[in-house]
Amino acid sequence: MQITNKEYGEIVKLRSPNTKVAVTCTKAFLFGGIICTIGEGFNNLYGFLGADTKTAGTLTAVTLIFIAALLTAFKLYHRMARHGGAGTLVPITGFANAVVSSGIEYKSEGYVMGIGSKMFLIAGPVLVYSVLTSVVYGIILRLTIY
Amino acid sequence: MSLYLSKGTIELQSAPSIKSFAAAVGKKEGEGPLKNSFDYIADDITLGGKSFEKSEGLLQQNALRLALKKGELSESDISFSFAGDLLNQCTGSSYGLREFSFPYIGIYGACSNMAETLALAALFIDNGIGTNAVAITSSHFCAAERQYRFPLNYGGVRTATSQWTVTGAGCAIVAAHDKPPYVKSLTFGSITDMGVKDANNMGAAMAGAAYETISAHLANTGQSIDSFDYIITGDLGEVGSKLLYDLFNRDNIPIKEKHKDCGTMIYDLNQQNVNSGGSGCGCSASVLCGYILQELAQGKMKNVLFTATGALLSPTMTHQGETIPCIAHAVQLTDN
Repeated sequence: MQITNKEYGEIVKLRSPNTKVAVTCTKAFLFGGIICTIGEGFNNLYGFLGADTKTAGTLTAVTLIFIAALLTAFKLYHRMARHGGAGTLVPITGFANAVVSSGIEYKSEGYVMGIGSKMFLIAGPVLVYSVLTSVVYGIILRLTIY
Repeated sequence: MSLYLSKGTIELQSAPSIKSFAAAVGKKEGEGPLKNSFDYIADDITLGGKSFEKSEGLLQQNALRLALKKGELSESDISFSFAGDLLNQCTGSSYGLREFSFPYIGIYGACSNMAETLALAALFIDNGIGTNAVAITSSHFCAAERQYRFPLNYGGVRTATSQWTVTGAGCAIVAAHDKPPYVKSLTFGSITDMGVKDANNMGAAMAGAAYETISAHLANTGQSIDSFDYIITGDLGEVGSKLLYDLFNRDNIPIKEKHKDCGTMIYDLNQQNVNSGGSGCGCSASVLCGYILQELAQGKMKNVLFTATGALLSPTMTHQGETIPCIAHAVQLTDN
């Protein structure tokens, strides 16, 4: 073939449609915003019902995770995410979706080799690096305070 | 007797017949533009299987049973079978066909499987080895997703260049020269790596392999694209097809006029949410065994170069940062 991989790579870029950034960013902003607004609503509700700020925050996170897990189980979350993109992926709901969808997917291999070992297939790296980051942050905090 | 022409290309001098063929597909494929061509359309994605891997096996069984029935053949008439699919250990084929007692030859050529199995079956028959040889392959969207990508309910977003794995199986049974369609010649391609790393742009990765094999077949058989009604690729999709035109334009060959791609034929690209088009072994298999062979049998197509394309990628190697090696095999099908 009379074409180098580099030259071919340039034609590939030319012929491959890009993600429509303006549309996807706007949708992500709206979906993410709506999820956070719903979260804020729950936060206010729990506050109104007498929970202190910290407890209301925890209850809000738990509620959102529960809703996302339920929507995933009913095969609705990924339909929403098709439009919401990063707006549905980045909030805590996206994390719940990643764990629950893996659990459902690998149910056919049983509770141990399936659900048990594959549940954190996608969420695993997030957990590993968030724990690592919190350790590093903790060390920096310790060093700066004392 | 087969005649070796040149690098990869073989002429089948007896021109074996494709005695019988059948295509079984899923619901989404059964709603596409070729819905009237398929022999079986599943109304449930599982086909009653307890896992998607089992469903894929059932899809192959359906295609095989239908092809046997259409050819008025029974299991004992089959001398050899060539089968393969996309799953690890060729699960769809080996588990799907385990209840059949005919000889089984498992192969792997990713989405080029239909051309590869058909070429091997035709070679056996052309050389008088056996009386009926089965070529069968399949893919299943859900089984492929979990092996190559993400869980079905995960809210990841597909890129614009990505393709949709076809839920489908195709089965062709080759026998001695009798009625059309005939297998006239074939070219086994070489592994071609165009340096593409993006596993979500398989069309771009495979276009080079398609170019190489089509060019080789034309040169080795002394034909030009004018000899053909159509040059049909397996699953280049919209992006890969455009790149194929670019590659042939450099040789001043206007292949666009003769080209069709199974990946863009099987779905309505504007309505069915499949981005660049269909992919998977079942894509070219179901379009060949549902539509193309039927057209040839009825004389609506006369001379076709069926070139199934395969991305020989491994998710492990993609994670290691490797580029995607690709392959294409071509089978020339005629009505006389």
